[in-house]
Amino acid sequence: MSPVEQRFGPYGGRYVPETLIAALDELTAAWEEARDDPSFNARQDALRRDFVGRPTPLYLAERLSERVGSRVYLKREDLAHTGAHKINNALGQTLLAQRMGKRRIIAETGAGQHGVATATACALLGLECVVYMGTEDIRRQAPNVERMRLLGAEVAPVEAGARTLKEAVSAAIRDWVANVDTTHYVIGSAVGPAPYPALVRDLQRVIGEEARAQALAAEGALPRRVIACVGGGSNAIGIFAPFVEDAEVALVGVEAGGDGIASGRHGASLGAGQTGVLHGSLSAVLSDEDGQILEAHSVSAGLDYPGTGPEHAWLRDTGRASYVAVDDDGALGALRELARLEGIIPALESSHAVAWLLENPLQGDGFDLLCLSGRGDKDLAEYTRRTSAA
Amino acid sequence: MIAGEERIRAAFAAAEAEGRAALMPYMMAGFPDREAGLAVAAAYVDAGADLIELGVPFSDPLADGPAIHAADTKALAGGATLRTALEVCEAVADRVPVVLMVYVNMVLAHGGGAEFAKLARAAGAAGAIVPDLPLGEDEGIRDAFHEAGLAMVPLVAPTTPPDRRARIGAVAKGFVYLVSTVGTTGERGELAPELAELVAATKADAGETPVAVGFGIGTPAQVGEVGKVADGVIIGSRLVRAADEGGSPAGAADAVAEFLAEARVALDG
Repeated sequence: MSPVEQRFGPYGGRYVPETLIAALDELTAAWEEARDDPSFNARQDALRRDFVGRPTPLYLAERLSERVGSRVYLKREDLAHTGAHKINNALGQTLLAQRMGKRRIIAETGAGQHGVATATACALLGLECVVYMGTEDIRRQAPNVERMRLLGAEVAPVEAGARTLKEAVSAAIRDWVANVDTTHYVIGSAVGPAPYPALVRDLQRVIGEEARAQALAAEGALPRRVIACVGGGSNAIGIFAPFVEDAEVALVGVEAGGDGIASGRHGASLGAGQTGVLHGSLSAVLSDEDGQILEAHSVSAGLDYPGTGPEHAWLRDTGRASYVAVDDDGALGALRELARLEGIIPALESSHAVAWLLENPLQGDGFDLLCLSGRGDKDLAEYTRRTSAA
Repeated sequence: MIAGEERIRAAFAAAEAEGRAALMPYMMAGFPDREAGLAVAAAYVDAGADLIELGVPFSDPLADGPAIHAADTKALAGGATLRTALEVCEAVADRVPVVLMVYVNMVLAHGGGAEFAKLARAAGAAGAIVPDLPLGEDEGIRDAFHEAGLAMVPLVAPTTPPDRRARIGAVAKGFVYLVSTVGTTGERGELAPELAELVAATKADAGETPVAVGFGIGTPAQVGEVGKVADGVIIGSRLVRAADEGGSPAGAADAVAEFLAEARVALDG
């Protein structure tokens, strides 16, 4: 296999304190070795099947299809153990950490889904687990905090800045700088310094590989469009990756429009941001004229991040993928629509992708593939608060 | 030798001629506020600083611990920008060499390496430390800095493998910034026991280029201890705390001057 990518065009790289360089080299080498090791892959495959519940179904959503006027298949990552695609990455990285002899795991979390997935994988493998979480998110996502604690993880509160995801990532990186000998940092999205964007993509690629084979089996053809929400962009890069070489398949990433792009309060770093460095990689970021990183805004905690994965920035520049935005109200409406049409309550993150599909039906023949990245149970309080206030 | 590098090397040489290590206090521009920042810089010069490391406030300072991160946040809340730091630089750069500590996103936002170096040189800066631009990622920006006469000061960490440390020593301009311990900036009770060994190895790799040690140095005794083995001693979080506790521009200046006077005694002794 080819080496783990350090850059995607100009994007990516390792913009981190010198202290971490040796650990990133070690991680790169470990991943290059592990991903070609049949025994590592056999163990991961068995756990994906028996513990995570893979392959997740590809579901032809008939009433949704009727509503938009063309066939729509949902890749049901919401049915994976712990309720989202995050477990694919958490399981793979903790298996890798175990192989590297690291017994202490740290992670960051915003909404709590990645924190729960990492705490779950650590419980499974008997590893120590510390999850950094902003105090504002701890307040908003109390059930997930309880889940992590029940799974044996320590939830470390972060008081800095807006007390949300961006600061939780920074706190985790600082912990890693101080404890790099004993600790592996399980980053939750396809962001961060190399090799993380490539490592996370490799681990999430299973979404797209399964979906591509399932679509061919169901339709005898590839989808016309593959649609996924993009915050850091791990579910999107996972489902896009196996389709990148299929030039006839359009790839559409849906970012958080927040209160609307014009309001300046959004999470659309690919559509309305700048090229800059956040958390170790050069990519699309939300940053002001002086170079200060701005706060993102989204109804969905998982998309509430002022950066995105470097590979997405490159797919955008090369024109291979296009990136659009859906605002908070659109996402809230789509959550309700899918619940009523299909009996599926999607995560607010995934609801952004559903909302874009509802507004942009496929013209002509063929079918769409949409990544339903997670379930929406975690969002019920936020949904109720936002829709009853209106 | 480039212009900024020459000034930095001269400052180290002057301290060495006095038989001691160079004293390099760190400060955050715009902290606790704009005026107090200017007062702190002036106090550093008066108290015998050989060089000043000048922090440019940034929203996401990954290499810094809680004390300096909080100072970044407070300076930004007070409206500080790169301009605030350049103003401090202009005020003292004719008396001591100033080395900016700036995160890479700010360099990029101000037009990239060449444009940023032009701004820094116009304000009199001699060098720059970019803590999130390690060897391997830095070529374009480093070359642009050096073309403009701004010395790019690289960092070496205890985790840096020997072959990499040698490559960093070979490209260093001004001095090599040796991180004393694994972790972010901040005061610590004890220095790493293997520090003397690490300094010696780094000096061997750096050749003629001086080696200054920073991160975790918070007492006059630690300053004296590090000064025995290194060419320069950097004091950061301890002075940021002193400036914050000063209460007013004059109070901040007095507080940092008091600590620096003790540090100089420890170095001279």
